[in-house]
Amino acid sequence: MSAILPARAEGLTVRRRGRTLVGPVDLDISAEGLTILMGPNGAGKTTLLRALHGLERLAAGRVLWGMPLRAARAAQAFVFQTPVLLRRSVIDNIAYPLRLQGVGRAEARARAAEWAGRVGLAQALERPAEVLSGGERQKMALARALIRSPQILFLDEPTANLDGRSMREIEAILREARAAGTRIFMATHNIGQARRLASEVVFLYRGRVHEAATAEAFFDAPATPEAAAFIRGDIVE
Amino acid sequence: MRPILTAALMLLAWAGLAQAQEKVVRLAVTTSFHNSGLAEVLLPEIRRDLGLTVQLLVVGTGQALRLGQAGDVDAVLVHSRAAEEEFVAQGWGTHRREIMYNDFVLIGPEDDPAGVAGAAGAAEALQRIATAGAPFVSRGDDSGTHRRERALWQAAGIDPLHASGRWYREAGAGMGAALNIAAGMGAYVLSDRATWLNFGHKDGLRILFEGDPALFNQYAFIPVNPERHGHVKADLVAALEAWLTSEKGQRLIGVYEIDGQKLFVPNAAQEGSDG
Amino acid sequence: MWEIWQGIIAAARLLVTLDADLVEITLRSLQVTLTAVAIGSAIALPLGAWLAVQRFRWRRAVIATLNALMGLPPVVVGLVVYLLLSRSGPFGALGLIFTPTAMIIAQVIIVVPLIASIAHQAIRELWSDYHDLLLSLGASKRQRIATLIWDARRALLTAGLAGFGRAIGEVGAIMIVGGNIDHATRVLTTAIALETSKGDFALALGLGFVLIGLALLVNYAIHALSRTEREGRW
Repeated sequence: MSAILPARAEGLTVRRRGRTLVGPVDLDISAEGLTILMGPNGAGKTTLLRALHGLERLAAGRVLWGMPLRAARAAQAFVFQTPVLLRRSVIDNIAYPLRLQGVGRAEARARAAEWAGRVGLAQALERPAEVLSGGERQKMALARALIRSPQILFLDEPTANLDGRSMREIEAILREARAAGTRIFMATHNIGQARRLASEVVFLYRGRVHEAATAEAFFDAPATPEAAAFIRGDIVE
Repeated sequence: MRPILTAALMLLAWAGLAQAQEKVVRLAVTTSFHNSGLAEVLLPEIRRDLGLTVQLLVVGTGQALRLGQAGDVDAVLVHSRAAEEEFVAQGWGTHRREIMYNDFVLIGPEDDPAGVAGAAGAAEALQRIATAGAPFVSRGDDSGTHRRERALWQAAGIDPLHASGRWYREAGAGMGAALNIAAGMGAYVLSDRATWLNFGHKDGLRILFEGDPALFNQYAFIPVNPERHGHVKADLVAALEAWLTSEKGQRLIGVYEIDGQKLFVPNAAQEGSDG
Repeated sequence: MWEIWQGIIAAARLLVTLDADLVEITLRSLQVTLTAVAIGSAIALPLGAWLAVQRFRWRRAVIATLNALMGLPPVVVGLVVYLLLSRSGPFGALGLIFTPTAMIIAQVIIVVPLIASIAHQAIRELWSDYHDLLLSLGASKRQRIATLIWDARRALLTAGLAGFGRAIGEVGAIMIVGGNIDHATRVLTTAIALETSKGDFALALGLGFVLIGLALLVNYAIHALSRTEREGRW
């Protein structure tokens, strides 16, 4: 399997109705680790993640992956803040990405059942996705994202609005995925979660990368007053 | 997706099977002929004698001739002489063969507000309706009956179109529908006798005037010209024409009756005339 | 009131005796309408989904046109199809005029805008839910349409039933292109028109009750069948 990483974003800019939401952003994504994207509300975290993944139309700039774009897209996965529920059973939701790749129904469902077991949804296979609780929905979305064994996984505040237990379970799944070699790039506003998971931190402020450092360096000695204030828990606009 | 398509294909195949038929002739007939019920006597006999299925398209004379002109039917059986002769003259039909006649009757409300019952002739009856301004329902659909009605008004020296929308009501409908409308508004209406006798919703209407030779209604059979439309089944049509004008066909037409009343007088000449 | 009673009695008599002509025209009604709805759905469902998924210049105009065509007068459809299929028309050589196939063609034209419009409404909502995920997973256009149609199938069933309802009760178009020929193209609605014109209101009404019963039966059957597939709100 050829690698899509390391990757590099150059001058990435997203505008909507004349307003610049993000950019220009230059960013290197190394081959390994777990990057936490932080920043105050409205800094453009969601937009940057979507732009990196290719869901936003770029006003300028580009993302250079280690392989041609089409193949690179297939090696990525994205978990949204609010999980998208297909109107199907849990197992069919998880199997869906494989079905799109032309995997037969029986095999796709077998692999989906296995993934459902890994994220703790073995009891819910045939239930419609919409009856799941918030935490279960996000775990299902994670299984659906990981079933294609992506090289990089983007997550947009996956544990926002979840209870502590769900959060712990999801963090465990992410650690496992990282250990299995999946590069993770995740937005969160939860500083505790960032400390627990991050190997490096990108601090986004007013649509631009304000600071990018290893996790230790960022939390111990933030280089900018805004990042320092953010870590302290002050209000940053 | 696939089950839907499969179902569609199966249904289409079913439709196709239903269409696989033997000897079929399409004949456009007027509503008045069809409403008489005579077809239900003749068609089974034709099937028995000739092995021929006659599919009837029941329309007004105007549309019947249009269907013949388009080649959508193999022959027409209609009752509007001038239009028929023009149809043949323009080459759409091969010839016009008279089969039988019945007659028109003037229907109206039982209390006869215009007093047409005592009229000496059809023209006078219509004049009385116009004078009284009593409601009159016209077919208004360019059918043979409608054409005859207009001719009768003309003979009476009246242009009822001046009263259109007042007492003269143009229904734009078939004979049965026009009778329904007349029953609904207590109006006068010109009908062929056959439709009237078979009509199930007389509701306060009755025959008020009949018997004037001006009301006779000649039916003629016209084969569609195979030189214009190569696909018409000229041989089957010829067989049908021969049967209708045969001794048996003419006898069956002559003895047909409803409620003890004979409806048609067969009058086919024994050789085809060119109209 | 008296005539409605007579109609009910006539309907009961036709049903109890299983009148051969009634069975024949009822089956033909079902055959023509089900075929038309099946073909119409095969065209309209992907069309509705495609209109929801695809952005193109004239999209709004096409959708507005489709909505307007829902009210297309069947008589006009009948006349146009007649002129096309008539022996003197462009497709006259096919010999389809006054056959059940011609009736099916006319009904397909009548139901496609209706089914496509309802399908488009239902699928548009679903697409706004699914949009990000399907793009993220790299679903092809074809896969997007297939996914949306499958997951919206309950709502699409309603679209199909609406098409069935419009087609089974339709008389103007099939009268013109079918010709209401006994034992060939006569269906329930044209038979009702014929009996009405003969002034036999009881029989016409009786046939009308049979038609309503048939429509109810098909709706119940479809709902029963779709329920067994999976419980749940979808």
